[in-house]
Amino acid sequence: MPASRPVDRSVRPLAAEVPAQAARRYSARLGRYYAWFTAGFLLFVLLLGVGERLGLPRVLIGYTFLFATIGLYAGIGIMSRTTDVAEYYVAGRRVPAFFNGMATGADWMSAASFIGLAGTLYLLGFDGLAFVLGWTGGYCLVALLIAPYLRRFGQFTIPDFIGARYGGNVARAIAMLAALMCSFIYVVAQIYGVGLITTHLTNVDFSYGVFLGLAGILVCSFLGGMRAVTWTQVAQCIILLVAYLIPVAWLGLQHAGSPLPQVSYGAVLERLGQRESELARDPREQAVREVYLARAAEAAARVAQLPRSWQDGQEAARRSVDALRMRHAPYSELREAERALARYPASAEAARRAWQEEADQNAARGAPLMPHAEPFWSGQADPERAEQERSTKRWNFLALVFCLMAGTAGLPHVLMRSYTTPTVNQARKSVFWALFFILLLYLSAPALAVLVKYAVYTQVVGKHFSELPAWVAAWSRIDPSYLRLDDVNHDGIVQLAELQLGPDIVVLAMPEIAGLPYVVTGLVAAGGLAAALSTADGLLLTIANALSHDLYFKMINTTASAARRVTMAKVLLLVVALVAAFVTLMRPGSIVSLVGLAFSLAAASLFPALVLGVFWRRANAAGAIAGMLTGFGVCAYYIATRYPFFQGMLGLAPDGWPLWLGIDPISAGVFAVPLGFAAIVVGSLATARPDAASARFVDFLRMPAPPAAQDLPAPKNR
Amino acid sequence: MPSGAAVQRYWQQTRRLTLALLLLWFLVTFVGAFFARALRFSFLGWPFSFYMAAQGALLVYLFIVFVYARLQARRDAAFGVADPQDD
Repeated sequence: MPASRPVDRSVRPLAAEVPAQAARRYSARLGRYYAWFTAGFLLFVLLLGVGERLGLPRVLIGYTFLFATIGLYAGIGIMSRTTDVAEYYVAGRRVPAFFNGMATGADWMSAASFIGLAGTLYLLGFDGLAFVLGWTGGYCLVALLIAPYLRRFGQFTIPDFIGARYGGNVARAIAMLAALMCSFIYVVAQIYGVGLITTHLTNVDFSYGVFLGLAGILVCSFLGGMRAVTWTQVAQCIILLVAYLIPVAWLGLQHAGSPLPQVSYGAVLERLGQRESELARDPREQAVREVYLARAAEAAARVAQLPRSWQDGQEAARRSVDALRMRHAPYSELREAERALARYPASAEAARRAWQEEADQNAARGAPLMPHAEPFWSGQADPERAEQERSTKRWNFLALVFCLMAGTAGLPHVLMRSYTTPTVNQARKSVFWALFFILLLYLSAPALAVLVKYAVYTQVVGKHFSELPAWVAAWSRIDPSYLRLDDVNHDGIVQLAELQLGPDIVVLAMPEIAGLPYVVTGLVAAGGLAAALSTADGLLLTIANALSHDLYFKMINTTASAARRVTMAKVLLLVVALVAAFVTLMRPGSIVSLVGLAFSLAAASLFPALVLGVFWRRANAAGAIAGMLTGFGVCAYYIATRYPFFQGMLGLAPDGWPLWLGIDPISAGVFAVPLGFAAIVVGSLATARPDAASARFVDFLRMPAPPAAQDLPAPKNR
Repeated sequence: MPSGAAVQRYWQQTRRLTLALLLLWFLVTFVGAFFARALRFSFLGWPFSFYMAAQGALLVYLFIVFVYARLQARRDAAFGVADPQDD
């Protein structure tokens, strides 16, 4: 496929050409490159499709997608290699708004957006829309409160901005630590996603997948820094959108009668609602639910009778092994019993956790059917408790939306992209284009969730086990966590309550659900890979730049030469990437689920200091330090004491830490952000007014200026 | 660089626009979601609150960012601080 050639000529105006014309010419040239690239990519997919018809084996198609796309990203990376500081850190600040928007979009749309979002919406219905709102509406905050001012500042990193505005290395160091913390959690989750998708695409081992993906990331960012990452991300944005929108269009054609289901899925939602009420009344569904409720009650009874029930159970398991041994039972039977004994919880405490989970899971499967479009739904039978639960869900919905939005406006890898545009105005426009491309995916995901749900409710539920579509068997064979069917009432017919879906399957199996050839499955996986790689690229660069620029250059060796700084950045990038890969290989499943927490952390620690730095002249270093520490501290405290994973790590009793106002720990930011703002205000007012240089700096930020007047005033620590 | 008074005026107008757009943002996001259960009348074939959370609010966000970029660019030109690289 024709690799688009990224720019290596700078935007130099020709004789008698004004800069605006030169910029337009440059944009047009880029547009031509990427138009050719898109056409080439589509042709490539088409050719593979023809190849599949002619009998090209599936594994080969998977490998072709994997190596062609990673090779492409590496190619762009090699062509964009650079040793120049401005090129390496901020792509030379000449990425036009449109392309910067695409790169931001790819930076933003992670494996979680591409693969996880539609599945989350499928499972949570209306309540899942908190993610859709939060992950798009945050761009309003970025556009209105942060991006133009960061561009006006025009340096290299986010801690840079905090350091320059507030002065002193303490504020800079705290901002750097906060940036490192959120980015690192996030990048591990992305590399984990890369490993999973590579495994899915080619059946290679997970660890090979991780390192293959890592190679793709490194070849790109190591040689060319932000410049290479930018032009790769533009290509990745195209690939991931093509990969998402093609199958959605096809599915829409089948179920919504139009290739634009985003516009017309209202009708499907209505039909889905009718099907839901049909299923809710179905007596066989109720019978299945009762089976699960009985199992839940049985598990709950065991929990209630701890520790006795644990001893009895262990005794019973031992006796059954002994009894089988005594009567020389068949080996398979004996092994089954021995396994059951080995799996038996090792202590009463472990039994409590395992059985409580068992009770909860069964209770969830026995809960009445959730109507997809119903906001803040509750399955409680008792009206008063139902109302209470719905109210809690409403507040959690609002809190989550807030945290995701403020987190968007505090996550360094997104904000970094404001530095790469040529002007302040281009930075504003760039946010528009970023949101535009993000919406292409985010408007499709809710439609996709409804379409797939409708397909499952009509083509799988209520059918006999022998007449299920082929994809059901195929996916339940791959991994029961994707899809599991148990015929608990033995009637040979699938009831909805007997079906368990993992969220990832909604996107991964979408091509098969739509009856598309395997090549589209490969395309979707390549899209997911592009989403994960592009985000990982941006994050790694953010981490390495924070270390090399803020820590090394600004605090340790302030006289380092430009060449040395870039070398340092490259070495650190390599180190960080290897550490992240190492952490990923330990398969920290729980870290992946911690990504949501990165948003609360970013929101609480960086967002208030960034906003008040521009909008409140009186804010000073003491206030900013107090604010960042308070925000970070409150957030970390709430998460550590309320999140089950950390409770386990710290040895805290699960029920000794009631939630504040019933707000889940993922939304810790809803308390921490206001407190962070308050701490900045209090800290600033309690100490001396910032000096005149700092006031000049704020004025400088607030007013864009023509290049003639573009010299920075000199506040301290520059 | 424009004079001090101009800087003041520019900032005041920018702040006013920012506040107005943030208000709109708050309205479609939080007020809309807060009353989601009450706002379930049919809208273009969707229940209104579902439509707003899945599409309507998102399009308003895009509109907010667009209006901000457009009006600020115009303001830059009026105050003589537009960058010649922009058209």
